[in-house]
Amino acid sequence: MFNLSKKDLSLLILVAVLTLFAPFILNPFPAGSAMAQFNAGYPDLMQRFVIFGIFAIGFNILFGLTGYLSFGHAAFLGVGSYAAVWMFKLLSMNVIPAILLAVIVSGLFSLLIGFISLRRSGIYFSILTLAFAQMMFALAYSVLTPVTGGETGLQLALNDPRILGASQTPEGNIPVPGLFGLEMRDSADLVIGSWVFTFNVGYYFCALVLLASFYLSIRIFRSPFGMMLRAVKSNQQRMNYTGLNTRPYTLAAFVISGMYAGLAGGLMASMDPLAGAERMQWTASGEVVLMTILGGAGTLIGPVLGAGFIKYFENIFSKINDNVLHSWFSFLPDGLENAVVFIIHPFIGKGWHLTLGILFMLVVIFLPGGLVEGGQRIRGWLRSRKSKDNGSASHETNPAE
Amino acid sequence: MDAIILQILNGLDKGSAYALIALGLTLIFGTLGVVNFAHGALFMIGAFCAVTLNRILTLSYTIIDDTQKDFLGNPLKVDVPYVHGLFGQATGDAIIDWAVPLSLIFAIPVMILVGVVMERGLIKHFYKRPHADQILVTFGLAIVLQEVIKYFYGANPIPTPAPAAFKGSLDFGAMLGFDPNLIIYPYWRIIYFGFAAVIIGGVFAFLQFTTFGMVVRAGMADRETVGLLGINIDKRFTIMFGIAAAVAGLAGVMYTPINSPNYHMGMDFLVLSFVVVVVGGMGSLPGAVLAGFLLGVLESFASMREVIDIIPGINQIIIYLVAIIILLTRPRGLMGRKGVMED
Repeated sequence: MFNLSKKDLSLLILVAVLTLFAPFILNPFPAGSAMAQFNAGYPDLMQRFVIFGIFAIGFNILFGLTGYLSFGHAAFLGVGSYAAVWMFKLLSMNVIPAILLAVIVSGLFSLLIGFISLRRSGIYFSILTLAFAQMMFALAYSVLTPVTGGETGLQLALNDPRILGASQTPEGNIPVPGLFGLEMRDSADLVIGSWVFTFNVGYYFCALVLLASFYLSIRIFRSPFGMMLRAVKSNQQRMNYTGLNTRPYTLAAFVISGMYAGLAGGLMASMDPLAGAERMQWTASGEVVLMTILGGAGTLIGPVLGAGFIKYFENIFSKINDNVLHSWFSFLPDGLENAVVFIIHPFIGKGWHLTLGILFMLVVIFLPGGLVEGGQRIRGWLRSRKSKDNGSASHETNPAE
Repeated sequence: MDAIILQILNGLDKGSAYALIALGLTLIFGTLGVVNFAHGALFMIGAFCAVTLNRILTLSYTIIDDTQKDFLGNPLKVDVPYVHGLFGQATGDAIIDWAVPLSLIFAIPVMILVGVVMERGLIKHFYKRPHADQILVTFGLAIVLQEVIKYFYGANPIPTPAPAAFKGSLDFGAMLGFDPNLIIYPYWRIIYFGFAAVIIGGVFAFLQFTTFGMVVRAGMADRETVGLLGINIDKRFTIMFGIAAAVAGLAGVMYTPINSPNYHMGMDFLVLSFVVVVVGGMGSLPGAVLAGFLLGVLESFASMREVIDIIPGINQIIIYLVAIIILLTRPRGLMGRKGVMED
C-alpha cells in the first residue's frame, strides 16, 4: 500500500495511530487527580507536538541525509508565519491559501539562501546559514517593521481588508482562522467517567498535515534522490570525482527542508494568527537541531519522537514547582525531603533550559544516534540475552535506518 | 573628518572585544581542532568573575551609628563592608572602587581552571568525533553554563562600574586640533583598547618568543610529529585551552563597565565572534585580530546617521553581509591557510 515496504508502512501506521489517537494517549490520567499534571492532551500542546514534528522532519531531510548542519532553519519558520498572517490579513481566514503561501515564500527564501550557503560545506555552511538567519531576524526587528510588526509582532486587526472574507464578524470581532467553515479553535469534549478528552479541529488538521509530510519524507528517504543525499553525507569528494555535481541535490534537499519549515510556520500561524521575530532567533534554530539529534538524526521516526519528547518535557517541567515536589517527596523524613527538593529545584520551573542543556549534552556524548539508537541498543541487548538463553548467538545485524 | 575619527574610535572598543574572543576561538581551533561554541560562555563567566568579586568585596555587616540620625531622629543603620575592618576605611573604599581591575587577578586562575576542566572533562573526548558533534556538545555546554549563571545571578543585567578615576571622557578632538566636544571618548574605552592590545601582543609574544610557544606552534603545524619527538603535546594544548579561556574571561571582566553583564551576553557575542573568525580565516591568529577590529569599525561606521539614511537597517546586518561576501569571494577568509576545515 502507498508504494511502501512493509517496515515503512508499519512505521507510517504507527505514527498515524499515535497522532490520531493522541487525545486519548496523552490523557491517561483522570482530570482532577494528582497525576493530571502529566496529561498533555490539550489542544495547544498537541498542536505544538505536531507542528514541531513537521519542522524536525524537514530539518532531518537536510541534516540527517546530507549531514549539512544548518543553524538558521528557524528563519524559514518565521518567514512562513509572516506569510501566513499576511494572507489572513489580505485574503481570507481560510488556512489553505495561507499555508500555501507560507510554503512558497519559505521555499523561495531557502532557494536563495541555500544557493549561496551551499557553496561552502562543514562549519562554513553552518556559519553562513546562521549569518543569514541572524540577518533576517535583525531586519524583521528593525527596518522591516511595516511588514513584520517589529517587536510587537504581526497581528490581525479589525480593519484588515480580507478581500475574500469579512473584515470582522457580525459581532465586531476579528474572525478566526478556519477551513471552509470549520474553525481551527473549535473542539469537542468527550467525557468518559472522570476522563476528559478534547478533540480539536486545529489539532486534527495539523495531524493530517503531519501524516502527509511524514509519508513524503519516507518516500524521499527511500528514493534514488535520498540515496544520492546519503552518498553526499558519506563521501562528497568521491561523488565529485565520479563526475557528479552534488550541488543540485543538496540544494533540493535544502529547499525541501526549508519548505517543511515554512509549512510548520504556516500551521503555527493558522493555530494562533500572530507571528513574531523571536521565532527566527538562532536559539530557535538550535532547538530544532536539538529535537532532531535527540530523536535520532537520519532516522525516519526520530525527529517526530524528539520534537514530542522536548515539547512534552518542556511543558511538564515548566509546570512543576516546589509545592508539587514537596507533595511528591512527603513520604521522606522532613530533612531529607527538603534536601531532595533543594537539589531538584534548579532543574524545574524556569530551570527547564538547564535540564534541556544537560540532557542534550548527555545525548550527544553517550547516544549520538538519539532515542532511536537507544531503543535499538535496548532491543539488541534483550535479543542477545534471549539468544544466550537459547544457547545460540545471533549474527543478525540491525540495518541502519 | 571628525565624524570619521569618532566612528573609528567607537569601533575600536567593540572590535577589541571581538578580536579577543576570536583570538581565543582561533587558538582553540588551531591547537585542538575543536569548534568551541561555549567560548561565548567563557566570556560571560569572566564578566561574572568581576560581579562576584564586587559582591565579595562589598559584603557588609550592619551597625547602628549613633552619630547619624535618620529623619525620625532614630540612630541610622549603616552597612559597613568587611574590607573596612581589614584595611581601614580609605583603603577599603579604594579597593571596592577598583573591583573591576582587581577582578583581573581573580579571573585569571578561575578562567584557566574552568578552561582546563572543560578540556580534560569534556572536549578531550570529542577530538575524533565529527565537527557537527563538537558544535552540538559545546552548544549544549553553553546553554548549561548560561543557565547556571542565570540561576545564581538572576536574569537582569548587573551594573558593575569602572573605578571613579576612569569615569568621564577624554576630549580627543581638542587634542587633535578640532573644536572641543566634537570627538569625546570615554576613558574606560581607551583603557579597554589598550588592554586588548596588551593581551593580544602578549599572546603573540608568548607563542613567538618562548620555547613553550614554539612547541605549541610546531604542534599546530604537525601534531603527530611533535608527539613522536617525545613531547607531551596534549598537555601543552590543554594549557593553551586554559590560556584561551583566560583571554576570553579577561575580555569579559574588562567589558563589564561598558555593558552591564547579563547571562546571555556570551551568546550575543559568540555568534558575531564566529563570523569574525570565519572572516579572518579559520586557524589564522592575525586574521582573527584583524577581522575583529575591521568588523568592529565597520559596524560603527554603519551606525552613522548618514549611512542609515541611505541604506536603512544596514547597521544591524553589516557584519553578516561582509561575512557572506568574504566567504563567497575568498572562501578561506582574509588570512586563512590552505587545508583548514576544507572537508
